[in-house]
Formats: sequence, structure tokens, C-alpha cells
Amino acid sequence: MRKFLIFLAVTVCLAPLSALAAGPTQGGTLIWGRGGDSVNLDLAQATDGESIKAGVQMLENLVIFEKDSMNVVPQLAESWTVSDDGLTWTFKLRKGVKFHDGEPFNAQAVYDSFARVIDPNHPFHQYGKWVYLSLSLGPVKEIKIVDDYTVALVTEKPYAPLLNNLALWLCPILSPRAMAEYKDQIGQHPVGTGPFKFSKWVKDDQIIMERNPDYWGDKAKVDQIILKSIPESSSRLMALQSGAVDIADDLDPDSIRLVEANDQLAVIKRPSVNVGYLAINTEKPWLKDARVRRAIAHAIDKETLIASIFQGLAVPAKNPFPPSIWSYNDAIQPYAYDPAKAKKLLEEAGFDFSRELELWAMPVSRAYMPEPVKTAELIQAYLAAAGVKSKIVRMDWGTYLKKTSNGEHDLCMLGWLGGNADPDNFLYGLLSADTAKTPGAANVALWKNAEFTKLCLQAQRTFDKAERTELYLKAQEIFHQEQPWVPLAHSTIVRCYNKRLHDVPLRPNGLNSFQMVWKDK
Amino acid sequence: MSRWEALHDLMSNWSAAAGMAIIAAILVVALAGPLLTPHDPLMPAPLQRLQGPSSAHPFGTDSLGRDILSRVIGGARISILIGVISVTISLLPGTLLGLLAGYFGRWIDSLIMRCMDMLLAFPAILLAIFITAVLEPNLTNTMIAVGIVYIPHYARIVRASVLSLKQQLFVQAVGHLGGGHVRILLRHVLPNCIPPIIVYATLGMGTAVLQAAALGFLGLGAQPPSPEWGAMLSEGRQYIQIAPHVAAFPGAAILLLVLGFNLFGDGLRDVLDPSLRSQ
Amino acid sequence: MPLGYIAKRLLQLVAILFGVSVVVFLMLRMIPGDPAQLLLGEFANPEELARLRTQLGLDRSLPLQYGIYLQNLLQGDLGNSIRTNTPVAVEIWGRLLATLELSLAAMFISTVVGVSAGVVSAVRPHSAWDYGAMFMALVGVSMPIFWLGLMLIYLFAVKYPVLPMMGRLPMGLEVPAVTGLVMVDALIAGRFGVLWEASRHLLLPALTLATIPMAVVARITRSAMLEVLSKDYVRTARAKGLSEAVVILRHALRNAFLPVVTVLGLNLGLLLGGAVLTETIFSWPGLGRYVVDSLMGRDYAAVQGCILVFAAMMAAINLVVDLIYVLLDPRIRVNE
Repeated sequence: MRKFLIFLAVTVCLAPLSALAAGPTQGGTLIWGRGGDSVNLDLAQATDGESIKAGVQMLENLVIFEKDSMNVVPQLAESWTVSDDGLTWTFKLRKGVKFHDGEPFNAQAVYDSFARVIDPNHPFHQYGKWVYLSLSLGPVKEIKIVDDYTVALVTEKPYAPLLNNLALWLCPILSPRAMAEYKDQIGQHPVGTGPFKFSKWVKDDQIIMERNPDYWGDKAKVDQIILKSIPESSSRLMALQSGAVDIADDLDPDSIRLVEANDQLAVIKRPSVNVGYLAINTEKPWLKDARVRRAIAHAIDKETLIASIFQGLAVPAKNPFPPSIWSYNDAIQPYAYDPAKAKKLLEEAGFDFSRELELWAMPVSRAYMPEPVKTAELIQAYLAAAGVKSKIVRMDWGTYLKKTSNGEHDLCMLGWLGGNADPDNFLYGLLSADTAKTPGAANVALWKNAEFTKLCLQAQRTFDKAERTELYLKAQEIFHQEQPWVPLAHSTIVRCYNKRLHDVPLRPNGLNSFQMVWKDK
Repeated sequence: MSRWEALHDLMSNWSAAAGMAIIAAILVVALAGPLLTPHDPLMPAPLQRLQGPSSAHPFGTDSLGRDILSRVIGGARISILIGVISVTISLLPGTLLGLLAGYFGRWIDSLIMRCMDMLLAFPAILLAIFITAVLEPNLTNTMIAVGIVYIPHYARIVRASVLSLKQQLFVQAVGHLGGGHVRILLRHVLPNCIPPIIVYATLGMGTAVLQAAALGFLGLGAQPPSPEWGAMLSEGRQYIQIAPHVAAFPGAAILLLVLGFNLFGDGLRDVLDPSLRSQ
Repeated sequence: MPLGYIAKRLLQLVAILFGVSVVVFLMLRMIPGDPAQLLLGEFANPEELARLRTQLGLDRSLPLQYGIYLQNLLQGDLGNSIRTNTPVAVEIWGRLLATLELSLAAMFISTVVGVSAGVVSAVRPHSAWDYGAMFMALVGVSMPIFWLGLMLIYLFAVKYPVLPMMGRLPMGLEVPAVTGLVMVDALIAGRFGVLWEASRHLLLPALTLATIPMAVVARITRSAMLEVLSKDYVRTARAKGLSEAVVILRHALRNAFLPVVTVLGLNLGLLLGGAVLTETIFSWPGLGRYVVDSLMGRDYAAVQGCILVFAAMMAAINLVVDLIYVLLDPRIRVNE
């Protein structure tokens, strides 16, 4: 009896510990607080982050990125081959997979899901707005059903990044029956094959997803996910602190500091593949001189900017893309913060100090620029310390993008998220002469440097990675000398959650399935 | 009533006196602003951000480390300017339209007043948001938007006084004597509409300051780094948990100034136009 | 009741709504900012933008766009939201109910508190209570309510966390929607726990929204009561030896009600405007926040729909107020 009591006492004492040691448990509801509601859960039509992060819980692709890297692995396709001419991609599909509505997953489903996007004659084509074609199936000209479980995609030209496109969120496979039934409302009732299935959507409030008990792979650990829209960052923080939500997205840097200080809560950080920059319009006569642009770089104290406004959740940038991407040129010496030197450079260049520069501030915050207006206010003060007068200009986001791509600004803030983690995405896409044509220039510095562009084009045609690295290292040196942008920061992406959750994943692009996440009872 | 009597009445009306004192104090602060500010209201000190009130910064610092007291002082000028200019913008066309509608009546009246009804069909803040969005958000356009929103109010008040004046004999008499319309309007009708206009304009300044601050709060008003009170308050909302002082002081300043205008306007009404007291 | 008068007013209402629809349509198109660009953000290329513009019908001429809009409108179709692709009418309805719940609560608070404060002030004019109440009322009308809301949140949700700071119900709690008004639905379902939670959530936003109308009502009630109390019939009633409470409640307040009703009606307009700010601060899923968000997102159909609903409500309220006026006081002639 006594022994039993001791045993009992020990067991009781150890119970909390054993709960910790015990592996994943099944059940519970994961409440996920975020800044806004989703718009369209048919990911082939989704344009906003809130739709995408909800949609990837329910819909699956042929292929997907690995859990916490950007390597492509099978999902609904078991394997794939590319023909010798590089034009035909053949996918062997997984067997025995069922959609949430009980329909079988097969080649026809892949055909319908893809053909509706690219074939204007497909019956489902009229039911949607197919955006970002260049990032998804745009290069595909034909889809062939080889047999029930084999599909072939034929491209117009050899197009190596197709696999990465298919792994993005833009090419999900949906149930053909559901697409026919819901027509243009499929985005409000997504039916896929994922570990969670759609249950209910209260607009502007919450989306409820249930665990899919018939999932083909590892079944989800939690029974239910509720995605809750909480527009105010401070409200989301409070909901996380009080335990009302398990995960809170998009907290501002000051709130994240409070989360870190709370021992009930946890923060995961990952270097992201983004850059926030200040583009200098090189077409404006008063900004044409590279000395002026280098002076602006010298005037800005990136370290303090990051320590204060980013609350340390970023690394200062010196190149157009972050150190996590290959061929990053670490030999480059950043322009040191030195207002006196900046002033001297400006005087040498004969800069007209009576001119007031327009400093365009983004009206929306992004992971690469969490506090755009405050950043602009700080930059304005730094410029003033170097004798440069500036005026902050704000407008709505649509107009901002249109006008900056038209080169109407002096200085503008923007950023980029390199989805496929390739230097080409940043260097050619944002800085080459080819992309500096107005209107619609992605190179908003309108910087047309022949040598830089030549290096980028040469790298595109080169298949040897070492050779490409050499070319990109050189390109970054030219960028540094010419400084068409002042690269400001590469921000850290963050996930804040309650410690009662376990196995919380975070990819560099912030999109993850939560199927392996489990919650303490 | 002589001018001195009126002034005496005004001073002995505690509401008017208190209102005048508040407005005068804020006016002095606004005019002497740069002399009073302990720090440069626009100068960031990012490493001293979000500090609570202290002897160095009596109102604390904001998210860029700027001294909030200095910014509140700097904002006084902006807010008073907003009040005066927006009211002028609504007053002039409003009075003119009201005069025309009331004096000429018939289809002119109908046309003008139906247009006014259309403006009144919008909640004020929404209309102001709309106009600012069309004109592009900045301080000048905020004042224009707030001004336009309140045009119908002045038109209605002036029209009402004109209608009641028209019944009175002296205007009819002047009409029969063959005075021109413009002469009658300017010499006889307008002067008699002035007391209610003054009262309404004073109260209107408070309303204008509130509306402009609301626009600033929604991010549509004065642009950074301008220390407009509504915009400062909007920034404070983000830090309500870790630094409530950022929102507290600019909001209190708005309340004080609007209270000043309302106290003064109330007192003025009692003195100038006792018949309006029940409004 | 003069039916002709009502018909004439209804006709005017339709004319005003038509005018509003044209004005809003044109103003929206004058606002800089391309909905397609906003939807696609910084990662879209010009071809993708052009395609989306065609799909959204934004490349058509303005008169044609208006024609299509008007044609749909006459068939009761407010169009689909650009951002969510759902019918605007559906989106508006749910949010309208949320706003209505908030506004009704605020109206209740402002009427009860405002009328009682005004009556007590009028009964004891120039007392300390009167001065205190009227000063508070003046502070109330001077209040930047977005600031008040924030300070209430700070006090009651951060410093002394006794009340929730946002939303309509705690997470995970819900009641079957019958009316769409959470408190009424909770009553219908007989779930008093939910009712309690819903009222806790409603308290701070309703108080914030009620501040200005409450102050206005208190001031009007006081002056209307003062006027009535000096009337002969009140003196007669007093002389008859009726108790003071009966005199005030039965004779005075009833007659002082006329101006108060007007103000209550106009207050609904104030409430709708105040809802824009209050809903933003308290993350209340109502129409006020929705219309601002839609405007920022250049969601033309949604904004047009909201403004029409707002305008129709305001006009209808004005009409009802005028009719009540006529009913309460037959001396008022109906042709203005």
C-alpha cells in the first residue's frame, strides 16, 4: 500500500513531465490570429497572402517545397521526368488519393485544374480570374492525359523553372466535380486533397477547417484550425498573450519584443529571401551623378534604422539580395554612415542643396518594410543631416506602384521577395536595362547600365553555377559603385505562437502546412 | 446694445470667458511655438524611442524618439489653422447659397436645397474621406474636404434666417421702394444673418478640428513628419499597450481645443442670440 | 395622415438616391488608384494587369460602366465585390446587422443617460448638478471619440483587464444566427452565458459611440424641459397638487419630447458616421469599417452599395422623424 502511495505520488509529480516527453498528441483546435480575412481560397486565383496561407492547408500541388527549405519534392505527383528536348514534363500521379468530396484524384482532375487556367475553351475557364500566369502555367501550351495516373505538360520553349512554379501555391489540384458545381464561387468552397478540409467561412471574421480523416499521408494532429481575422496588431498581440489565439501573424517589431519576453510564448525567426530598398531615380538630372547616390548611401544610418524601427529583426543590406542566396558578394565594403562625407561628396558633385527631393513612402507595410512611413521619416532626417532637403510623399498603393514604375519619383521605397531564391530574380528582374522601360518598369531606379545588363544576360545563358557566380559577383560590384538603390535591410521573418503548440514550421517564404503541428491537451 | 455692453456680457458669461481663455492660451502656444518647444518637434532620436514621461520629456517620446510635448505644441498651430480655414471654406459658399435660396425662393431654392440634401445624405466623416481620397490626402485637402462637408449646414442656417427676415416689414418695404436685389441682400438681409453665423462658425471650428483629426487618425490628413494631432494619435494606437502616453497627450490636446471652441460658441450664443439658446 | 405628402417625400428620396448614385460613381472613378494594380500588388507584370482590367470591365467607357451598374441596380443587384468576388448585397447585409447592433446599443445608452441627465438638470437649474452635468455634456460633444475609445481600451483592457478590447464574442463562442444581432440571438437561444459575453464585448464600443449623442440629447432635453416647465399647464398641474414626479414625467417630459425626437433621429446619422471610427478602433465587423476598407481597396461596387444603403437609411430616418413630428404636433403644417 505504502509503495503504491509512493508510486502514486511520484507519478503525480512526474505527470507534467511525462506529458512533455510524450510525443505528439492528437486533437484540439488551433486558433490562428492574423491581420485580415482571406479573399479567394482557390489558390490559382489568389492574389493575397491571407488567402494563400489558408489555402495551402487544404489544397495540394503536384510538387511542393521541402518543409523548411526551398527544395522541390513530390506531393500529389510521385515522380516526374523531362524529355530530352526539355519541352515535355511527364508526371506519375499518386494513386488512392481522394478529394474532400470523395471524388478520386486522377489525371482528369489535374487536367481540369490546369486547363481551366490556360485554355480559354475549357468549360471552367470563365469561372475565374487567372492571375500571375508568368509565375504559374503561362509557359505551358498543352496538357496531355497519358493514362489515368500520368499527365504530361508541354511547354513552348525549354523552361527550367516550371517545377518551381508548380511548387508555388498557384497550381493547386481541385476536385473537378466541385469546380463544376461551385463555378465562380469555388474560391469560397475549396475542395482539394489536403490534410485539412474546408468547413465554414464567416466573412471578415473566421475560417474554420476540419482535419481530413481520409488524408493520404500523415494525418493532421489537430482536429480543427480556426483562422481568425484580427486587424489591429495590438489586438492580435493581446489575443496571443491572453491565450485566445495560439498563433499571431504579422506582429509589429515592438510587439514581437514583448512576445520574446513572455515565457508562455515562443518566437521562431528565419532569414527571409527579401530586400527592402530606397531606389534613386537615375533619370532625374540631379540624381544622375553616382557620387550623389553614394552620398545618399553614406547619409543613411542603416544600423540605427534596424536597431530602432526594425527592432533588430533584420540585417543591414549592402547588396541587392540577401546573404542566404548563392553568389552573394560578401567582399563588398558597405558605405559607412558618415554625414560629413556625404555632404562633401554632394559638394564635389555640384549638388543643388536648395532642391527639395521627393521621398516616396510606401502606404502599406510589408515583411521587407514593416514600418514604411517611420522609415521614411527617419531617412528624411538623415538626408537633412547631410544637407539634403526632402519631402515625404504618400499615395495609395495602386497609384504608388503605377507612378514609381513610370519613374515619377526622386527617391522611392520598395522591396522584393525572391520567390525562387535565384539571384537572377533580383539582378536581372529589378536592375537590368531591359526592365527599366517605362511605363511598367520593375527597375524603378530606371538604371540602364550596359555592362551590368550584359553580365545578367550572360549568366542567364550559362548553366555552370560557378561561372554564373563569377558573373553575379561582378554585377554586384557594379551595383555597389553605381548605387542605383540604397539597399536598406533584409528582414527576418517571424512566427509567434503559444508554447502549448509543438512542431510549428516556418519556411523562408512563410507558407507552411500545419498538418504536423500538435497542441497540449 | 453697444459694442462695450456686448463685450461685457461676453466676459460675464462664464462659458464664453472660459472658452476664450482656453483658445487664447492655445493661440499663444501656437504663435510662440518654436520659442516654447524644448526640442525640435521633427528631429528623430531613434534610440530614445517610446520613453515614458520624464523631466527631459514631460510628455514622453514617440516611436522615432521625438519629444511629444514639442510635437503637441507644434500641432497647435496646425489645428487652429485647420479650424479657421475649413470654417471659412464652408462659410463663404454656404452663406451665399443660403442667401440666394432663401431670398429668391422657388426653383432656385429647390435646386440649391436639393443639392445640399444630397451632400447631407452622406455621413459627414464619409463624405470627408471621399473628398480627401479624390483630392489626394494632405493637409490642404483635409481642410477643403472638411470645409465642403459643412457647406449645407451654413446654407440651411442662413436660408432659415433669410426666410424669417423676409416676413419682416422692413425688407418688404425696401423691396417696394425699388432697391436692387444685390443691394437688399448685402445691406439689409446679410447683416441680420450675422449673429447666428458667428455662433455657428465658432462651434463649427470645434467640429472642423475634430473631423480633421479623425481624417488624420485614418491616415488621410496631414502627412508625416507633420505633428498633426490626429496623425500622432493614430500612431499611438499601435503602442497603446507598451506606450499609452503616445496617444494620450495629442488626444487630450484635441479635446481641450474643441472644448474651448464649444464653450466660447455656447457663451456667444447666449449673448448674441438668446433665441437660439434651445438649439 | 396626408398620403400625398408622403408620396412626394418618397419621390424626392428616390431622386436623391439617384443623384447620390451618380455622384458616388463619378467620385470613385476620380479617385486615383487602379483596382487591378491594387489587387495584384508589386509582383505583377503589365500584361497580367491589362488582362485583369479587362476581366473586371475596367477598360469600358464610363457611361457604359454606369449604364451596366444602373441596369443591375434597378434589378436589385448591387454587383460583386472586386476584392472578394461575392455579391456586395451579401457582404453588406451581415455587416449592416453588426453596425445596427452597435448603433442600437449606443442609442439606448445615449437616450437613457442623456434624457435623465437633462431632466434632472432642468428640474434643478443652476444647481451644482446642473452645472456639472452640462459641463460634462459639453466635454462630450467636444470629444474625439477615437481617442476616447483608445483610452477606454487602455484603462479597461490593458491596465485593468476587465473587459475585452475587440470583436463581438470570445473566440470559438457562437450562437445560431436568427436575427444577426448577437445579443438577441443569444436571448432567443436562451444562452445567458453568451448574452453576458456579448454585452461585455459591446460595452466599450457602444459607450464610445454613445458619447456625442448622449451629450447632445442631455443638452436638448434640458432646454426643452426648461421651456415646458415654465408653461401654464405645468403650473396648473402643480397647483392641482399633483406630485412633482407625476408633473415632470406625465406632463412636462411628454411635451418636451418633440425636440428630443428630432435629435434622436438626427443622431442616427451621427451614429453611422461615428461607427466608421468606433468600428476601426474596436475591430467591430460592421459597415463603417467595411466602407473605408473598400474605398482604400478601390472596391467600386462595394463602396457604391454601402453609400446607397447609408443614404437610404439617413433619408428614411429623416422622413420618419418628420412624420413623427407631424403626428406629435398637428399644428405643424406639412408643406414646410
